[in-house]
Amino acid sequence: MVRKFLTVLLVGVLFFAGTLWAKENALEIFSWWTGGGEEEALMALFHLFHKYYPDVKIINAAVAGGAGTNAKAVLKTRMLGGNPPDSFQVHAGMELIDTYVVPGMMEPITWILKDMNALDKFPKAILDMCSYKGEVYSIPLNVHRANVVFYNKKIAAQIGMEEPPQTWHGFVEYLKRAKEKGYIGLALGDKNKWTALHLFESLMLAELGPDAYNGLWKNKTSFNNDGIRRALEIMKEMLNYINPDHAAMTWQDAVRLVYEGKALATVMGDWAEGYLKTLGWTPGVEFGWFALPGTQDAFMVVSDTFGLPKGAPHRQNAIRWLKLIASREAQDVFNPIKGSIPARLDADKSKYDVYLRWSMKDFATKKLTPSIIHGSAAPESFSTALMDAIDEFVTTRDVDKTFKKILMIAEDNGYNVK
Amino acid sequence: MKKEVLIGLLVILPSIIAIAIFVYGFIFWTVRVSTSNWNSFSSLLRGIYHFVGFRNYKRLFQDDRFIKDLWNTLFFTLFFLVGSMSIGLLLAVLVDKGLKGAQVFQNIYLFPMAISFVVTGTVWRWIFAPGIVPSDPQGINLVFKKLGLDQLMWGWYTSTEHIGPFNLALIPVIIAAVWQMSGYTMAMYLAGLRGIPVDIEEAAKVDGASEWQVFWKIKFPLLKPITLSAMIILGHISLKIFDLVFAMTGSGPDFVTDMPSIYMFELTFRSNRYARGSAISIIMLLMVAVVIIPYLVNSMKEEVRR
Repeated sequence: MVRKFLTVLLVGVLFFAGTLWAKENALEIFSWWTGGGEEEALMALFHLFHKYYPDVKIINAAVAGGAGTNAKAVLKTRMLGGNPPDSFQVHAGMELIDTYVVPGMMEPITWILKDMNALDKFPKAILDMCSYKGEVYSIPLNVHRANVVFYNKKIAAQIGMEEPPQTWHGFVEYLKRAKEKGYIGLALGDKNKWTALHLFESLMLAELGPDAYNGLWKNKTSFNNDGIRRALEIMKEMLNYINPDHAAMTWQDAVRLVYEGKALATVMGDWAEGYLKTLGWTPGVEFGWFALPGTQDAFMVVSDTFGLPKGAPHRQNAIRWLKLIASREAQDVFNPIKGSIPARLDADKSKYDVYLRWSMKDFATKKLTPSIIHGSAAPESFSTALMDAIDEFVTTRDVDKTFKKILMIAEDNGYNVK
Repeated sequence: MKKEVLIGLLVILPSIIAIAIFVYGFIFWTVRVSTSNWNSFSSLLRGIYHFVGFRNYKRLFQDDRFIKDLWNTLFFTLFFLVGSMSIGLLLAVLVDKGLKGAQVFQNIYLFPMAISFVVTGTVWRWIFAPGIVPSDPQGINLVFKKLGLDQLMWGWYTSTEHIGPFNLALIPVIIAAVWQMSGYTMAMYLAGLRGIPVDIEEAAKVDGASEWQVFWKIKFPLLKPITLSAMIILGHISLKIFDLVFAMTGSGPDFVTDMPSIYMFELTFRSNRYARGSAISIIMLLMVAVVIIPYLVNSMKEEVRR
């Protein structure tokens, strides 16, 4: 009995000592980067951090699961329980602001960027997405573009698509020709539902234009807008050219259809470019890309950022981490591996492939717009409800009913529907 | 006597406390959340409880998706129970006959139960992936095509066809669930069959009963408690089913394979609508209670009789 008690006591003491030791000099980074290139990129960052601070033990608290859906649930539980990591991955925009900043769980970190003289190195629009009441709350590390069409060049040549189409009618014309030749026009994999909204938000952007689209989230544009109805109508037309088994597929499966020469094109964020490269294709040789017709002037942003939660156990190290990832060096280490572009505008272009260079150019010159499904534009309650509505639309294809539903969802979330 | 009772109480006290907190305490807490306005992360964080009555429940019953979920659960449970139990019984009878190799098959039938639903869900997803019918089928459709059974190819779980409120896309999910659980049902029936004394069977045979009569008039009635427990166990699995469906089909196009548990997960952890998610979980609890409570009452009565 006594012995048992002593054992328990010993374990307790060890555990306590363990936590104390962990308090001393560690850095816990929370993310959902666990797959292929992502994890490698994160490791490269850790490696760089160790170069400057060799004594700091890095705890990689990554949670697996597509697009961070599982990680986000874990993070919320930890934040609620008062056990935040030192810094965590979060998409720029409402996913950060609405969830964590407004309830007062984050520290403002504008001063870090000021100290580094880096405030003007990022595009203003992207820092705005990370800001609330004039203070920056997270540091954007990378940027993906969501409104891109990737296509199979061989099939494109067969159907006579030499130049990327500039208009919807042009695009639909090519889809029609692909279908006539026995190919799938547009590959879609919406088993996990979000890809349908991914397509629809770009159509919204195309029909509203970047300014009106951005206005939706500032209550300047009404949701009761012909542009949204037109976007539904275009989507309805596009759905005639998708693969019938779309509900059995993920976005990777859809990209594979393009790779296997079964489908002409797919609309996906540019992580698809990374996936095509891992499959062995070279950008510009086997596959081409263009901004979705109608959205050539806009850049739909999906940006991963890191912030500083209040009560971070190793605040000093967290600040070091944030300073590191805000630096040009770290962004140029991370992004070529991850297959994204840096959020800073002064990166070393020679490190990036031809697609990413194209994307960097657009990022610096086009209007930036926040993505809905990737958490930037609207709170999660809005985006998941809209995702369900669009998922239904893919089956019912009922423009009026879906439009009404969108208005209801917008009203529920306090957006302008007049 | 008194001391014994006291010691007995002391021994079970820790588990009583644990159950009181972790089961009933949390049920109560979920009920409380389900009648609150905690439908965003910030309102949950603020933690100010604002009672809204049954508004969350009312909203759910106005929600097309939730109504579809309830129908799906009903049909899934019905077919899953009938399928698992009839196949389980059949297998048990065959194995019990003691044919050559029965032992081996007994184990083979039990294996699926040992695999997690997530794994089988993923595999069945590949099997029932329709591909493009009719030109470029995959999985089971490809088998049909090679066999020349073209008319059997269809969209499986991607189909949005329905007969009344029954979505045909549920069929592959039901097949997967039956495949997984019928071996377990077999094991239960087998235990029951082996527990039936041989002399009863022999007496019946002496009286001139046919094999068929022995089964339906003697064995099957004696298996009644097994049938009841199997129904309860399978019933509560199917009412709460999440992992199999989530891994295999997700909520499906237009929610043809959606279940309340999936909706609950998405509302709670993806939309931050904690109150409404809690309301679904309470409704699911009530559904399971409808199945379990009569059984508990029944078994308690039997114990009193003894």
